[in-house]
Amino acid sequence: MSAPRPVLLIGCGALAREISWAITRGGWPNMELVCLPADLHNRPQDIPGAMKARIRAAKETGKYSKILAIYGDCGTGGALDAVLAAEGAGRIAGAHCYEFYTGSRAFTALNDEEAGSFYLTDYLVRFFDRLVIEGLGLERYPHLKDEYFRNYKRVVYLAQSDDAALRKKARQAASRLGLDYVYRHTGFGGLESYLAAAGTPPEEEKDDLRKT
Amino acid sequence: MSDDEDDIVLSKLDDAQLVLQMHDDIYDGLGDEIIEGTQILLQRGWTPFDVLTKALVEGMGVVGVDFRDGILFVPEVLQSANAMKAGMSILRPLLAASDAPRMGKMVIGTVKGDIHDIGKNLVGMMMEGAGFEVVDIGINIDAEAYLAALEEHKPDILGMSALLTTTMPYMKVVIDSLKTKGIRHDYIVLVGGAPLSEEFALSVGADAYCRDAAIAVDIAKSFMARQQGAAIAVLDA
Ligand code: B12
Repeated sequence: MSAPRPVLLIGCGALAREISWAITRGGWPNMELVCLPADLHNRPQDIPGAMKARIRAAKETGKYSKILAIYGDCGTGGALDAVLAAEGAGRIAGAHCYEFYTGSRAFTALNDEEAGSFYLTDYLVRFFDRLVIEGLGLERYPHLKDEYFRNYKRVVYLAQSDDAALRKKARQAASRLGLDYVYRHTGFGGLESYLAAAGTPPEEEKDDLRKT
Repeated sequence: MSDDEDDIVLSKLDDAQLVLQMHDDIYDGLGDEIIEGTQILLQRGWTPFDVLTKALVEGMGVVGVDFRDGILFVPEVLQSANAMKAGMSILRPLLAASDAPRMGKMVIGTVKGDIHDIGKNLVGMMMEGAGFEVVDIGINIDAEAYLAALEEHKPDILGMSALLTTTMPYMKVVIDSLKTKGIRHDYIVLVGGAPLSEEFALSVGADAYCRDAAIAVDIAKSFMARQQGAAIAVLDA
């Protein structure tokens, strides 16, 4: 019997490292990962088009048994899901990565507890300067900090790893924004369970993508 | 360059040049220059409403277009908005005391669970610039608070903003509670925020979706004109 055709994961660049780790840890050799640039995050209107192009290119290779997007809706207002539905690709549930790391119910509880929460993941902590400080133009216009964050009370670090250096950096990030600091370990959360479920494609799905 | 030199330069420009310079200064987010330009135009006898619309709003309009087209980004828009705000703080008391056109009244807020407010603030500012009275009730607003604000301020327009996929459905909760109270048709309901769409707005029962502040102003004006048209038709009948 030949090996099952691989599953292609199209992820957000902000999740690349975590998805790769989860794949390695889960031992799913038939999963391949490609990522769209993480900075699409700030231009969500460009995500659906970029996703569609990537899916089309992947389909053309005829190589994959299925294609899954490891993306939140990410502020596309359903436009990403429309593309995925049209292309026959799946997506992990959740509005954004904070939600699927934490789990929907727990995330809602966190946000209800304090609406003024700004969330960090390992990725955001690691690249805080580039993504948050530079991304919001704070290195050029430091005085805009209050304009962005005046409604915020706390930074909630949703940690995928257990890493003292990152915790320290997250705490520094919070104090740089002048906000309280809260730490929550989420692990890979919903990401891992979604990948586990997708890890072994059922036989009948094998030919799905050849047809389109 | 020192302030003095700036002074001399701005005041030496003729009106048309000064207005163009102010458009550039708004674009570059230069609040001090905008304050100065505003004062010069007022001294030259311009009405506060003309300074507002021709120098400030038009300048901010260019910023809006370049933001939409991906040429300017959020920090630059904020800088520009702050420059415009600086000019408006001089004009606001003068406008209130003048017979500048009053277009209508709007209550605006960001829905429950959401504390994004940059877009909402910009819409409020541009609506004010177009002659609307704007009551900004802030962020994380639940249905009760919207209803209380409508009761208190009796606006023509209710504006709701949401930037999160998870919070946008809350607009329906607010609109449904207006329906339950039988007051849905007392207000024009405009909604906005990057993840929204025309279909979404109609599905929750809003009157219109506004992609940006300039469109919000146009749509608000056309709804007000229609409403006034309807009122005149009733009077004529
Ligand atoms: C700036 C920003 C922030 C700032 C907000 C600062 C502030 N004071 O508002 C900060 C960094 C603090 C922030 C925080 C968060 N953000 Co944010 N943020 C953005 C970003 C990059 C730009 C939004 C913005 O201000 N645009 C500029 C203004 C001018 O445009 P606008 O808001 O669209 O408004 C215009 C129109 O939409 C319209 N309009 C808007 N409202 C209204 C209302 C009416 C009545 C009318 C008529 C028109 C109208 O007119 C406006 C002017 O032209 C967007 C991405 C994007 N490009 O949209 C993400 C985005 C909205 N954020 C997002 C997220 C996830 C968050 C956080 C959860 C992130 C975190 N790490 O914690 C938190 C939110 C926490 C909370 N409890 O609310 C996601 C939402 C994803 C989703 N599935 O919904 C986005 C889409 C980014 C992404 N792709 O992930 N954010």
